[in-house]
Amino acid sequence: MAFRSAVITFPGSNCDRDLAVALEKVSGTPALRVWHGDAELPERLDFIGVPGGFSYGDYLRCGAIASRSPIMRAVIEAAERGVPVLGVCNGFQVLTESGLLPGALMRNAQLTFTCRTAPLRVENSQSLFTGGYEQGQEIMLPVAHHDGNYFADEDTLDRIEGEGRVAFRYLDTCNGSRRDIAGILNHAGNVLGMMPHPERAIESDHGGSDGRALFESAVKGLVAA
Amino acid sequence: MKVRIHVSLKPGVLDPQGRAVHHALEGLGFSGVEDVRVGRLIELEVADSTSEAELEDMCRKLLANTVIENFRIETMETA
Repeated sequence: MAFRSAVITFPGSNCDRDLAVALEKVSGTPALRVWHGDAELPERLDFIGVPGGFSYGDYLRCGAIASRSPIMRAVIEAAERGVPVLGVCNGFQVLTESGLLPGALMRNAQLTFTCRTAPLRVENSQSLFTGGYEQGQEIMLPVAHHDGNYFADEDTLDRIEGEGRVAFRYLDTCNGSRRDIAGILNHAGNVLGMMPHPERAIESDHGGSDGRALFESAVKGLVAA
Repeated sequence: MKVRIHVSLKPGVLDPQGRAVHHALEGLGFSGVEDVRVGRLIELEVADSTSEAELEDMCRKLLANTVIENFRIETMETA
């Protein structure tokens, strides 16, 4: 069966095409494109991508308005049924605002927009999204954000660390994130939110390919399942 | 009626913007400022029949992110 993925587009999304291209390059099947105002997702999805950008102009709080849009109700339902959901950058903010992932993303501690290639460590190589990496592998992925400073209270941080839900950690101080957290999984392991952009690193001719394994893991994991 | 929603960061949550404003105040020569926290004020014009419970619901579901923010509802007297 062909891999069926969908990428959501909100007004102000700007990484939706990159995410769709990455999914198509890795899976061989074009990703379906879904508009935020749609109330329903296509049927039988294997993967949902919530892209980066500045949905709704970052009004109120980053991701706040998008997380209450009609399509997000469907995404939350699908996530609860176990459909894999990846949120990148603004997509991570949307997933925390929607309650699918714990914590919140605040203004970078240094207050400036940070745009560079960041070194990361893979902290959990057992998940659906990270099975293609080695445990502890160091990778380079682009980051480009103003509000990537991950915050959660100490109890929540201890819990997600204890459950192995920190997927990626920054190797240097990137944005003030608590415990240098760059990406986290939900309890069931089918939802990943991360500030770095794996979809911008799938071809060595275009700034590196360290993000490719993430999509390959997801596609392989689902085809095998 | 007019309602003001005051949204502020919870105690213990670091406020990078507040810190920058603090530095800027010091740069302007204002001494004795011990701390600065930046919040948000949202003004609503709502039907007089709107209940306190509905306003709280609005705050919890959208206007504040209760992971990091507290809110206070201030109902203004209608003239």
